[in-house]
Amino acid sequence: MSTQARSAHSEDVVGYDEALTRYDPVLGLEVHVELNTATKMFCGCATGFGADPNTQVCPVCLGLPGALPVVNATAVESAIRIGLALNCQIADWCRFARKNYFYPDMPKNFQTSQYDEPIAFDGYLDVDLDDGTTFRVEIERAHMEEDTGKSTHVGGATGRIHGAEYSLVDFNRAGIPLIEIVTKPITGAGERAPEVARAYVSALRDLLKALAVSEVRMEQGNVRCDANVSLRAKAGDGATSAEQLAVPLGTRTETKNVNSLRSVERAARYEICRHAAVLDSGASILQETRHWHEDTGVTTSGRPKSDADDYRYFPEPDLVPVAPTRERVEELRATLPEPPAQRRKRLQGEWGYSDLEMRDVLNAGAVEVIEETVAAGATPAAARKWWTGDLARRANEAGTAVTDLGVTPAHIAELDGLVRDGRLNDSMARQVMEGVLAGEGTPMEVADARGLELVQDDGALEAAVDKVIEANPDVADKIRDGKVQAAGALIGQVMKEMRGQADAAKARELILAKLT
Amino acid sequence: MSALSRDDVAHVAMLARIQLTDAELDRLAGQLDQIVGWVGQVNEVAADDVPPMSHPLPLTNVTRPDEVRPSLTAEQALANAPEAELDRFSVPRILDED
Amino acid sequence: MTTAPDLTHLTAVQMADGLASGEFTSVELTQAHLDRITALNPVLNAFLQVDIDGALATAADVDARRAAGEELPRLAGVPIAVKDIACTQGIPTTAGSRTLEGWIPPYDATIVTRLKDARMPILGKTNMDEFAMGSSTEHSAFGPTRNPWNLDRIPGGSGGGSSAAVAAFLAPLAIGSDTGGSIRQPGAVTGTVGAKPTYGGVSRYGVIALASSLDQIGPCARTVTDAALLHEVIGGHDPMDSTSIDAPVPPVVEASANRDLTGLRIGIVTELTGEGYQDGVQARFDESVQLLRDAGAEIVEVSCPHFRYAMAAYYLILPSEASSNLARYDAMRYGLRVAPEGVESPSAEQVMASSRDAGFGDEVKRRIILGTYALSSGYYDAYYGQAQKVRTLIARDFEAAFEQADVLISPTAPTTAFKIGDKLEDPMAMYLNDIATIPANLAGIPGLSLPSGVADEDGLPVGIQILAPATQDQRMYAVGAALEALLAQQWGGSGSVLDRAPEVTTGAVSEEAK
Repeated sequence: MSTQARSAHSEDVVGYDEALTRYDPVLGLEVHVELNTATKMFCGCATGFGADPNTQVCPVCLGLPGALPVVNATAVESAIRIGLALNCQIADWCRFARKNYFYPDMPKNFQTSQYDEPIAFDGYLDVDLDDGTTFRVEIERAHMEEDTGKSTHVGGATGRIHGAEYSLVDFNRAGIPLIEIVTKPITGAGERAPEVARAYVSALRDLLKALAVSEVRMEQGNVRCDANVSLRAKAGDGATSAEQLAVPLGTRTETKNVNSLRSVERAARYEICRHAAVLDSGASILQETRHWHEDTGVTTSGRPKSDADDYRYFPEPDLVPVAPTRERVEELRATLPEPPAQRRKRLQGEWGYSDLEMRDVLNAGAVEVIEETVAAGATPAAARKWWTGDLARRANEAGTAVTDLGVTPAHIAELDGLVRDGRLNDSMARQVMEGVLAGEGTPMEVADARGLELVQDDGALEAAVDKVIEANPDVADKIRDGKVQAAGALIGQVMKEMRGQADAAKARELILAKLT
Repeated sequence: MSALSRDDVAHVAMLARIQLTDAELDRLAGQLDQIVGWVGQVNEVAADDVPPMSHPLPLTNVTRPDEVRPSLTAEQALANAPEAELDRFSVPRILDED
Repeated sequence: MTTAPDLTHLTAVQMADGLASGEFTSVELTQAHLDRITALNPVLNAFLQVDIDGALATAADVDARRAAGEELPRLAGVPIAVKDIACTQGIPTTAGSRTLEGWIPPYDATIVTRLKDARMPILGKTNMDEFAMGSSTEHSAFGPTRNPWNLDRIPGGSGGGSSAAVAAFLAPLAIGSDTGGSIRQPGAVTGTVGAKPTYGGVSRYGVIALASSLDQIGPCARTVTDAALLHEVIGGHDPMDSTSIDAPVPPVVEASANRDLTGLRIGIVTELTGEGYQDGVQARFDESVQLLRDAGAEIVEVSCPHFRYAMAAYYLILPSEASSNLARYDAMRYGLRVAPEGVESPSAEQVMASSRDAGFGDEVKRRIILGTYALSSGYYDAYYGQAQKVRTLIARDFEAAFEQADVLISPTAPTTAFKIGDKLEDPMAMYLNDIATIPANLAGIPGLSLPSGVADEDGLPVGIQILAPATQDQRMYAVGAALEALLAQQWGGSGSVLDRAPEVTTGAVSEEAK
């Protein structure tokens, strides 16, 4: 590519709302999912993240002369389960194919993939949008393939591929199983198209997580997204959706490696605005790949479609066809988890959360941990309060996941039990939590060690109440006069007398009993 | 008329990442044209309803269990590398990300 | 032979028996072969690598174990040569290509592991056409191998190193690989036996791929029984090769004891005889047919009408698969790296292209370009796709033929060994050498070539090919062994056609052929 094509001059864009007045966006998403199998797609090398370079490689994944692939049985099962969860048909018989192109991080200079015979095809995924509606994204296919190695670019000013003097390649990632999931063109979403794109990737991620087939960490590249965008003219005001659908699709661009949910939406939005500007100027869209720049929020020109895209696919002769029996497919279908959206609705009902509360829980990614906490005996309210409140804040401050704080669902259940049994009040419970977070033990152990316990002896409480009433005659008179809210001042003092180890509600009860 | 011109040969050679010299092009282009013409006789066979055969034996579903096997060491992996650095293969600058 | 037969002139069976009875040791036997290699390889160029230390170490180990009374595999201590297409850990493996010069594999091919398990000393690696592309071994980057029968002639290819080594008594056994005849045709033109097992019968793991759906590994030997013994060692299921047949090795050794042909139906393939076959080749074939008939076999004629398209289909399928298999030789992870001339700071892409130009010979380039073209957009259906359909028709032709006959026979190659240099500039003429062997590879069925005599016109050996249905490899051994015995009876002497080969001497290469 000429450096000119990618030079920094920014391209014209049209405002999003304006673009939507003239054009109908059509999106397509290709998502690559790295499976969490113990070994690679075609060899027995381990797949763990972060190993020393070139230590998880063998003749097969290094593409050494003579090496041959053998398919990972678990990867095929995961592919079928993903296909089933996406409501796809599962092929009776399908083959791997070689996708031939040269690239230094691809050991064989062909990728073993699937071409016209994917393992799964013709499915859909219903995704929930922010306004509570559901949008059906149709799935074209899901197929099995392998990952490439990883290059580090050395020299040059930026440390990026351009201007680099040479590159260093680590093949640990080469051959890790990938499932590529391709949508059919997403039409009819109108101005919500970018939101649909984000919601789709989000829903897909949830689904894959529920299937336990991938770590689904986008930041580690477990889920990678390419976004195709094209615009077509609006059929005109008052046009029916059928009329709009009849308008031919425009030329598309493929924006590569859009690797966060937010970026998916932003990149789609940006490309819509950019396409609109190009089309408005009377020029035509160049069919090319685009690179997304997270920092500046723009895409830049990559590589135009060319001969290099003549991948010369042909059936992989070193692998035999995959022909899952219908019995096996049904067995795998029986292992599918409840669909995430359905599960969320069920849990919300069971837990009695409001929509707002449920959204907080989802945003905090706390559904699973709350489920475990409730199962361990906590009330849904307490579980939500802890995981989306104090603990979420702590995790955020520490830059870690809420589940990595060292607090377990069992801890929360135990703590909630202590509160409900009346041993601890809220402020004491927070102190106990500090102790648990500091690694001092279970809530019970912390409470014991720190001597935190509500005083259950009514005599001591009564003595403290009498003392406080006596010391504050003015306040006591106000209460006697019916200003019940003034009791708060006395309760505070009682709690102080009791060094906090009293049940505030009980103190209030006693004060009011004595003065009214 | 030739099936495969000299330019075609140069073009396909680049698809195959072979930088032919002019002398090689002179030598190979004519031979390849002749060979392409000759192999084209497969099209004399009426085979519309014949299934293609990609594998000589009708095997299916050959897989291995998802169990880790020993890998090479980095030293073994890199032993034949034309150039290596920091336990990685060193390759000339890469033109473009795909 | 003018001298008394030394150890190298025994059959593998005789060697195994001599070792077992303590008549000689494996070190003596291996050393005798190494001595002969040292003397004759400079002339023949059959070996690219000789592993003196490794071979003798294995031999000594076998002798020690035998002395200790250990039960050993049948061929333990019998040395073997391995075509340089199989990866041998720690021993350079080149596939006859400049691009792999000096490449040392970090692993053994499965067949090499099996040879080691059988405790067979590996003498070294034999010469071959670059990446097994050729029928003469002239396309080796390391110089041609010469035919022990006539040093001006080719030893066949691609496995000319293995066939020459076996024919010249540099090794009793050798490994070959056969994609379109590379075991059988060299066997035919050197007066030796070569077998291509059923596709999937022998593991391809660690054997450098030419065309994955056609390649098969097999034995080279001087007798049918020796070939069967080696077949048994290397055959059988390998979980590292997805196309490997998960079944026991066919009873080939048992079959090679067969002498009975009564009632056997033997089919002559009309399309594989007659026109285009050298007179001496056809004459020896006809004689063998008569011997078989006389021995009680029923000779039938069968037609395989699509065989006339086999060559064209083969020269589409092979180059297509090869273009992809050979893409890995890009100078990034291993292999020859050559920077393009006159380019400052070349890109990876440019270095790949110049390295591949420098690392590959003409024949490899021709086939890679042909295959790339056949697979490319717009041409796939007319070339690769159509070739795959023709392949189906050829397999169906075989199916129909095997309804009528238990085995099929033909001459192995249309001519005897041609002169080195004769066909180098005419690739098409070179390709036609494999006309009779290619159909078996397309269908995946087994084939065996054994000597049927020498041609009157040039005194060079001729081979006959026996084809059997897939997984029925024992049939070709049974018929081959019986025919071998009938021919031996006719010829007298040791019973081997090699009796008629001149003794190879150093300095015997004509100026013309140098």
